Amino acid sequence: MTAEVGSREPKARRRDDLLPRGSVARLDPVGTSFWSRALVRAAVVVIAVMWSLPTAGLLISSFRSANDINSTGWWTALLHPFETTWTLANYEQVLTASGMFDAFVNSLIVTVPATVIPITLAAFAAYAFAWMQFPGRSFLFAVVVALLIVPLQMTLVPLLQVYNRTGLTGTFLGIWLAHTGFGLPLAVYILYNYISQLPRDLFESAFIDGASHFTAFTRLVLPLSMPALAAFAIFQFLWVWNDLLVALVFLGTDSAVATLTARLNELVGSRGQDWHLLTAGAFVTMVVPVVVFLSLQRFFVRGLLAGSMKG
Amino acid sequence: MRDPSTPAPRPRDHATRRGLIALGVFLAAVAAIWAGVRVLSSPTGIQDAVAALYRLVGARGAAEAVAVYGLTDTTEKLALAAVALVVGVGGVWAILISVNRLLEALGGRFERLARPWVFVLPAVALVGFYLVYPTIRTIAVSLTDTGTGGLFENYRQVFTRPEMLAAIRNNVLWLVLGTTGSVVIGLAFATLVDRVKREALAKTFLFLPLAISMVGAAVIWRFVFYWRPPSEPQIGLANGILTSLGYEPVAFFQTPPVNTLVLIMVMVWLQTGFAMVILSAAIKGVPEELIEAARIDGASEIQVFRRIIVPTIRGSLITVATTIFIVILKVFDIVFVTTGGRFGSDVIANRMFQELVRFRNPGLASALAVVLLVAVVPVMVINVRNLRRQGVGS
Repeated sequence: MTAEVGSREPKARRRDDLLPRGSVARLDPVGTSFWSRALVRAAVVVIAVMWSLPTAGLLISSFRSANDINSTGWWTALLHPFETTWTLANYEQVLTASGMFDAFVNSLIVTVPATVIPITLAAFAAYAFAWMQFPGRSFLFAVVVALLIVPLQMTLVPLLQVYNRTGLTGTFLGIWLAHTGFGLPLAVYILYNYISQLPRDLFESAFIDGASHFTAFTRLVLPLSMPALAAFAIFQFLWVWNDLLVALVFLGTDSAVATLTARLNELVGSRGQDWHLLTAGAFVTMVVPVVVFLSLQRFFVRGLLAGSMKG
Repeated sequence: MRDPSTPAPRPRDHATRRGLIALGVFLAAVAAIWAGVRVLSSPTGIQDAVAALYRLVGARGAAEAVAVYGLTDTTEKLALAAVALVVGVGGVWAILISVNRLLEALGGRFERLARPWVFVLPAVALVGFYLVYPTIRTIAVSLTDTGTGGLFENYRQVFTRPEMLAAIRNNVLWLVLGTTGSVVIGLAFATLVDRVKREALAKTFLFLPLAISMVGAAVIWRFVFYWRPPSEPQIGLANGILTSLGYEPVAFFQTPPVNTLVLIMVMVWLQTGFAMVILSAAIKGVPEELIEAARIDGASEIQVFRRIIVPTIRGSLITVATTIFIVILKVFDIVFVTTGGRFGSDVIANRMFQELVRFRNPGLASALAVVLLVAVVPVMVINVRNLRRQGVGS
């Protein structure tokens, strides 16, 4: 396992170089006419528009009055922007009366520790798997990584029974630990790939200077592994923020703990016709992941590639 | 923090003192987490804590005001968030640091033996409890929690009851159409976008849905395919187009099999960006000389694509296809939020959730989960083998 896991690293790095930003388009291949290039450009534009139209409709509608939304399609607002009543009332109502603000804070409370805790534990474990000697090391590592296979659904029945018995259901502690448990295999896998590739000399000179493993870990490994840590952090952050299943099962729909996704789902059930609320509500759930995603796209792609194996 | 340049041996009494401090920090951290969790799990926890704090500093009036009137909702919520973040994030670090300090102070043989386990055990224990134990237990429950039936009663039901078979059939349709759709459109766009200016911008449009939750996506598309009676104005884009062309509006989510096709489209919308980014990177990795040589030999652009690009990026194609396959196999949110599995649009993961939560039938739910696991394994084997081959190749 160890050998082939390590050897994947150059591959990952090469993909990273090929991110959208730095890439050079292959323009003007031999023998392409003006018309075929125009055709390609048109196809790209059409697909891009098709992909953004649904979200655009949602966003535009969220700023229209309930009356307008119900009487005309959102595209009329686009065609006649000055005859439309633009308003922030939908957001005001959805944040206060529909409890989206509480849910927003709950999502933050769930997501930040559910991202930091697994990274911390996984970094310690990945360091030990890569640079320490102890009996059962490669067996344990193989088991942890193999658990990437297990679908979340496999864990729900027994865990729910334990959670109900111990009173962990509906608590933040319970969901932090659950997301940590589910995220750890991927975190250990990503961080091991990175940490095991750090140069050996680095550690040797640190140990000669009298550093302990703990010092080497906090002073050397953590700062040097920032790209891998960031990649996993973004992946896990988006995963937890956008999760519905784990939040529904372990946290429930009580407004004191319900996350944004659970709240939005409830809103669809109870106010399914009220599009002025649904559009604004959906956008409230989307705004954080979209901002995180757009600002940290580079790290995200890296995490996405490695994280594509999550169970 | 010890200065790394100090020589390793240190005075014994120093070590004892350090050990005591570490022990104190450890106990304090555990106590703080316990208190924090208590505050978090009680509905009036924050309010009580703030009142207690006021009392402690002698602000009796303020304490009573809080106890009687409570905090304003927003303040309380933000205070709760602060406590949660300190407990959740700080607590773990405090425990790990103090245990390590304790170990350092103890020193010697014990430290050498125990150290790796201090690093590894928290992760291994959590994975054991959250993944290994439930997997074994789910398999056991699926076989034993059968009411009056025999060992395989739950599995018999999974493969004979009509609503289960419908869910399985839909899941197969999802897998075939969803995976093909995402990979084909992703590959097509990756190939096309390679030849235009402003490539990064164009890619962002396809890539953005990846940041959106399946619940959010479900709401977005529920709006697109929203249906109203023909007498009312259509506000959904799809029915808006249909009616403007003179057709009757279609109740997309209530009409099988159109509803399943529409939901698959939502998944394709979400996953194509992933396929596109990975495949685009792979396409850019195809050696330029190879493509140029083929062009000089008179190959058309389509021939270049089919004979050179596709075979070269085969590994990435398999990675993308298997990954999306597994995501689609476990699809839950999209169905749950839009149709709830009604109108013949059920899938396995939604069925499993319904059996577990609504019908309180853990045996059948477990059997459905095992079906998912069994379906994942061969795909994962293909994926890992493929990754290994790529790894050897580089």
